[in-house]
Amino acid sequence: MPIREDVLVVGGGIAGAASAISAARTGASVRLVTHKKSTLRHASGLIDVLGFLPGSDDPIVYPYSALSDLPDEHPYSVVGENAVREGLDLFDDIAGDAYRGGHTGKNALVATHGGTVKPTARYPKGAAEGLASTNRDTLLVGFRSLPDFDASVACEHLAAAGAPFAVDGVQVDFPGDFRADAKVTRYAKALDRNETVSAFGKERPAREALAEAVRPHLDGAERVGFPALLGDAHADEVRSDLSSELGAAVYEIPMGPPSLPGLRLEDLLFDALDEAGVRISSGNPVVDYTPVEGEHRVKSVTVDRNNQRVPLHADEFVLATGGLVGKGITSDRESVSEPVFDLYVPHPEDRYDWWDQQAFGDHAFAAFGVVPDEELRPTDADGEVEFDNLRAAGGVVGGADFAAEKSGSGVSLATGYLAGRTAGEAI
Amino acid sequence: MSDAESPGDFGTGPTTDYDDDFEPVEVFPEGDLDLRPGADNCYKCTACDTSCPVAEVDDEFPGPKFQGPEQWRLKRKEDVEIDDSIMSCSNCMRCDDACPSSVPLSQMHNEARGEYVENQMDKLSTEYVRNRILANYGTLARVGSKVPRLTNFVMGNSLVQQVNEKLLGITAERDFPEFAQETFREWWRDRGGNKVTSEEKRIAYFHGDYSNYNTPEVAKAMVRVYEAFGYEIAVPEQRCSGTPMFANGMLDDARRGAKVNVRNFAELIEEGYDVIATCTSCSMALRQEYPELFDIDGVEDVSANTYEAMEYLRIHEDLDAAIEDAEVDMGPLAYHAPCHARNQGLDRQAVELFRNLDGVEVEDVGDSCSGISGTYGWKEEKYGKSMEIGEEMFEHMDHAKGEVGMTECPTCSMQMEHGSGYPIKHPMEVLAEAVA
Repeated sequence: MPIREDVLVVGGGIAGAASAISAARTGASVRLVTHKKSTLRHASGLIDVLGFLPGSDDPIVYPYSALSDLPDEHPYSVVGENAVREGLDLFDDIAGDAYRGGHTGKNALVATHGGTVKPTARYPKGAAEGLASTNRDTLLVGFRSLPDFDASVACEHLAAAGAPFAVDGVQVDFPGDFRADAKVTRYAKALDRNETVSAFGKERPAREALAEAVRPHLDGAERVGFPALLGDAHADEVRSDLSSELGAAVYEIPMGPPSLPGLRLEDLLFDALDEAGVRISSGNPVVDYTPVEGEHRVKSVTVDRNNQRVPLHADEFVLATGGLVGKGITSDRESVSEPVFDLYVPHPEDRYDWWDQQAFGDHAFAAFGVVPDEELRPTDADGEVEFDNLRAAGGVVGGADFAAEKSGSGVSLATGYLAGRTAGEAI
Repeated sequence: MSDAESPGDFGTGPTTDYDDDFEPVEVFPEGDLDLRPGADNCYKCTACDTSCPVAEVDDEFPGPKFQGPEQWRLKRKEDVEIDDSIMSCSNCMRCDDACPSSVPLSQMHNEARGEYVENQMDKLSTEYVRNRILANYGTLARVGSKVPRLTNFVMGNSLVQQVNEKLLGITAERDFPEFAQETFREWWRDRGGNKVTSEEKRIAYFHGDYSNYNTPEVAKAMVRVYEAFGYEIAVPEQRCSGTPMFANGMLDDARRGAKVNVRNFAELIEEGYDVIATCTSCSMALRQEYPELFDIDGVEDVSANTYEAMEYLRIHEDLDAAIEDAEVDMGPLAYHAPCHARNQGLDRQAVELFRNLDGVEVEDVGDSCSGISGTYGWKEEKYGKSMEIGEEMFEHMDHAKGEVGMTECPTCSMQMEHGSGYPIKHPMEVLAEAVA
């Protein structure tokens, strides 16, 4: 008796979760299979829809209005504005109070740890006080043991970018006796549990000690931005304690990997999957599939469990394995490919055309991925649907350079929502 | 075939299908084991470090990224000794599960730990002796279980516990697990072995030491369930799976046991048996660590044909249908998924399966490590850290609806009981109640 569900989703990131939840909402039974921890731990935790049009440096104010300016092969053009809005609605529903920005169709401007300003559609509650569009004197705090964030550099960048507020940056020592190379998660844990640390000649709770370290540098600042390590399970409490200690608003600046806001978003999504009754199998990769004899349909996918091959059956499948970083798209010295179904992934013959000489140039590889039809079913080189019951969502879908456009989460939500819903309705 | 030998094997790493005319440069001389491809796949994203339960509470511990790829590289360049912090790794293997590039972290840790114990550890030190005793618990259990009442009485004596702590560094805080009055193997022998014969449905049971000496009720539940589904069961001669030995760098001890296990189980596999284990660390060892660490004839066959007991039934039987009309009298259970279950993708199966079973309500107590990690939490100097790691789980258990716990792992169950006072069940016992 094989393990069987109506819909099977491969991939545990934003696209996989959105697919599984929207499929479950049609009443279908759903299983989500995910191999490793998703790339959310590398992600900022921000939910972008569209920040820039391809080839343009002007930040977009109204992302929905700009969708029509995208090329035809862009995933947004494929699914249409309505799916993008529905995808965001799905996210708002999942995130509830944990995220902000749903009150408006405009992009918010969030300052990053590099001191750049990123147009984004939704941001974690912890980042809310830090919006670059509000005019309040700001102090940025960096820690000497965390070279990923240099507050002075970030503050110079912000000033140069024309931030409408006075901004100052300071590097302090994180109070307490931590390793010189302690990870953000270690600091987060210390604040979460309000561990007793020894600092300034006495033992005191970590939150109080941290406020003490920052206080001399406040200089009338109305808000204080820290790298995103202010707690994990009790992040709200950590911020509010620091805020009352300092007499200023406190917010988190999104960071690179390992990113706590990304990890918190992952928790949020997995709680929602549970809530929706989705079954989850994690820890083993999907490596292959079996077609239905004589039809253009997938019968089952094969999970590799420590060298055993276990088939998982379903009526409908969604592929949400990510792009090049998530390893849903892979490459060798010859070609670029999709490893599970060997789907068609267009790319230049000569691998020296896959990238641009300039680091921030126009890289072809950034948009590599499968080519979907209007129902998000991957097509072959002749434009024919490969399998009637296989849809693709998120980074594995080609045509978007999400790093340049700031469109990653939005594409995942829109395609995930649509792929999951149509898969569920096909049952 | 381990990930280390072929990182592109499962389509998860970069493929290594090079042109014939492309010869990768040999930077390091080949050792017994070339872990270079694994080390090269590490792109320093720190996912492993942030999922390490020890690093989270131990400011002295540099984390899996250093213990694995970085230390491996350092050693290739010059004659650097293995850092003694490797002994603080609890072998929970969460780093394996976190790594997006399939770097064989736990394998690297096991190799490094083995080397450290072999070349750098003083064989007369208390630490070595203590680790050896803990790692070879099965040997002690064989003796102790002959006179279970006496052993339980002696080991439960607080004076003995104090002496153990002072002399050996085995924490006095924990109560030794009680030996059963009758081992599983004695019970199996007395009932005359298998009750069901079948040509098609055959399993060979790897009971490990714990369900043989301490919790035969788990093994018996497995027998009831499998016989209800019509399986012929074999219980061959076997040794400890080696899990506590890997964690203590005692690779020679582990290899000796592995040889016996591989020989006896490989023979049965040829006769059409599949191997099942009720302990998730045992199934993990046979599946992953054996082929990674040992070159024994038949080791690949054993790895490819070993399953966790419930996982096997879910693949081969319709368990959902089997429990659909059943009812048990269990009430709410606080379930903890062991790290080693997580690594085999089994952390959700008990929760999902029992979702539709009347008379039981399974509540997951979160995804933290229990903190005991086999022998780790038994060490006097690690006890505090072990309890700190487990704090989150204890908190969840405390808030859970039920006052009975459930887990697949023997040492996780010790930790759960120790921190909460709840009695602990095994999912097999719940399943037996429902179908047998």
